[in-house]
Amino acid sequence: MTMSYHFVEDVSLADVAFEASGKDLKELFESAGLAVTNTMVRNLASVHTKVTKTVDVEGSDVENLMFNFLQEFVFLKDAERLLFGKIKIDEISEIACKATLYGEKLDSKRHDLSVDVKAITYHMFRVERTREGWQAFVVLDV
Amino acid sequence: MSFHDREFKKPDFNRISDVIWEVPTSFKQGMRVPAQVFTTKKLLGEMDAHVFDQITNVATLPGIVRAAMCMPDGHSGYGFPIGGVAAMDIENGGVISPGGIGFDINCGMRLLRTDLTWKDVEPKLKQLVNLLYDRVPAGVGSAAFDDAAGFAKLSHGQFREMISSGAEWCVEKGYGWKEDLAVTEEEGNAEGADESRVSDKAVKRGLGQVGTLGSGNHYLEIQVVKKENIFDEEYAKKLGIFPGQVVVMFHCGSRGFGHQVATDYLQLFLSVMESKYGIKILDRELACAPFTSKEGQDYFAAMKCGINFSFANRQMIAHRIREAFAQIFGKDAEALGMRQIYDVAHNTAKLEEYEVDGKKKKLLIHRKGATRSLGPGNPNIPKAYRDIGQPVIIGGSMETGSYLLVGTKGAEEQTFGSTAHGAGRTMSRTRAIREIVGNTRDMPRDKARAIERRKVEELVINPMIKKGIYVKSVSYSGLAEEAGFAYKDIDEVIDATAKADISKPVVRLIPVGNVKG
Repeated sequence: MTMSYHFVEDVSLADVAFEASGKDLKELFESAGLAVTNTMVRNLASVHTKVTKTVDVEGSDVENLMFNFLQEFVFLKDAERLLFGKIKIDEISEIACKATLYGEKLDSKRHDLSVDVKAITYHMFRVERTREGWQAFVVLDV
Repeated sequence: MSFHDREFKKPDFNRISDVIWEVPTSFKQGMRVPAQVFTTKKLLGEMDAHVFDQITNVATLPGIVRAAMCMPDGHSGYGFPIGGVAAMDIENGGVISPGGIGFDINCGMRLLRTDLTWKDVEPKLKQLVNLLYDRVPAGVGSAAFDDAAGFAKLSHGQFREMISSGAEWCVEKGYGWKEDLAVTEEEGNAEGADESRVSDKAVKRGLGQVGTLGSGNHYLEIQVVKKENIFDEEYAKKLGIFPGQVVVMFHCGSRGFGHQVATDYLQLFLSVMESKYGIKILDRELACAPFTSKEGQDYFAAMKCGINFSFANRQMIAHRIREAFAQIFGKDAEALGMRQIYDVAHNTAKLEEYEVDGKKKKLLIHRKGATRSLGPGNPNIPKAYRDIGQPVIIGGSMETGSYLLVGTKGAEEQTFGSTAHGAGRTMSRTRAIREIVGNTRDMPRDKARAIERRKVEELVINPMIKKGIYVKSVSYSGLAEEAGFAYKDIDEVIDATAKADISKPVVRLIPVGNVKG
């Protein structure tokens, strides 16, 4: 599996930046969604599956779609206190995405909580096709 | 080279004085005004080059007057740098930009005094910090502490009432003192807040978060006044400060609510900016709309709800702090002298009047990671402080200390009444963790956690204990991110603001107890 993400140092001093990639959009979105969660909780394996949520987002283009998709994680963390350790993209095009998220309520005793994501930013935000598939660069406001 | 890498050229600065460095409009195409960095040569040399790219981008925004300014604690953000100040001429196409305010609308600082001395508090410090840690929830997605009155179970309707009148709403409900409002910027209630401009999504994010700190660099600190750290005895006395005293400072903002308001309007502005208003920008985080446009006015009214949420949030936290002190010391907060010294905002946009080219103008002042700093005599300062200037609260890193200052005429003349807001980072969070913990992300959970705990204890917590600071945090990695070495030297930042005459230090406050998200 080529699905992956890594955090990038010193792009934005006050914030957190990551680069995600995947062989197709499905993998890219899964990687990016996990990277957002991994910013808040340092060990994704500690987030068990107790709740499933389906999200259905649209975008004017693939970047806008990614922005709206990642926003869902931030929204659900605040509105329902949910974290997701597993993501399944059910259907995806460049302008619409349906996904199932698997997770549970955040628990400061069991989760290695790190830092709250306040927002997805457009700072250096990019979703691009690469020779190997797709790549995204995202800066999170924390 | 990875595709996010970009080269930033450090500009050749024109030295205006020892503490003002100017980048001329010739530096970048589209700059309408120069950029000015208010800082010492040393701090200027330590700033990351992104700051200069960002502040010169700000100089291209429609309606900006005099200069795009950066305060001494400036560091790179998104859109505007943190520490950015921009004044827009609203009668001549001036814009409003969420990126000039920040996602955390009205992030700010509040300072409470007490009659207690370190001698009174020392034996009960741990007990006090532990109780505060329970009552003022912190960390990722922190949810409000629920009291007997069921405070944490606000309805959507009650929440919308609260964002319409800010801290005033809390005081009316019994969470705070009437006189707190007089010593809160805008008296804790931003005029013109219109809850109908706010999405349900924003309400849902903020609903359970009133009275919570959040995470990142947000904290609550018990601090001590040492005699040798009082720089002006007369001013200190007027502010209610005395040697040996214990005070409480905290830093937080508008939580998920404010973040969502900013995100909603950032997206709206991106969709209309070019098509409807013909505005082209260099960075999407600088999305903006003319202040007088429908979208601009809607955002201004929604942003004020964010301001109000933040004032209400800090009001609730102040109330919880008073409750905790009363419980530990067996006296009510009034008897403990727990008066509020002041509450300042450092992520806002406000309409203020300043002289530009010899003419008085109504300007929209964006302050992103910059504190308002009004000089003596200004009618917007509470009566009790009017002759000394507006109190300015600047927080350092959790190890080094913080400052109480006052605003100056110099700030009104040079920086549209603005000064620094904190120590300013010198290192990213990701790097700070790696420096302390090493890379543990791919290790098995238990092993990674053990290493992280050991390293953070050894390199962050123990040195703090040695300095006499008791810290309680939700997150070990969060502590690593906020370690003192990841920040500029606060004393140098304060020195720069004093040299530039944009604020005047009154007292340095030393931390002894810290609650962190």
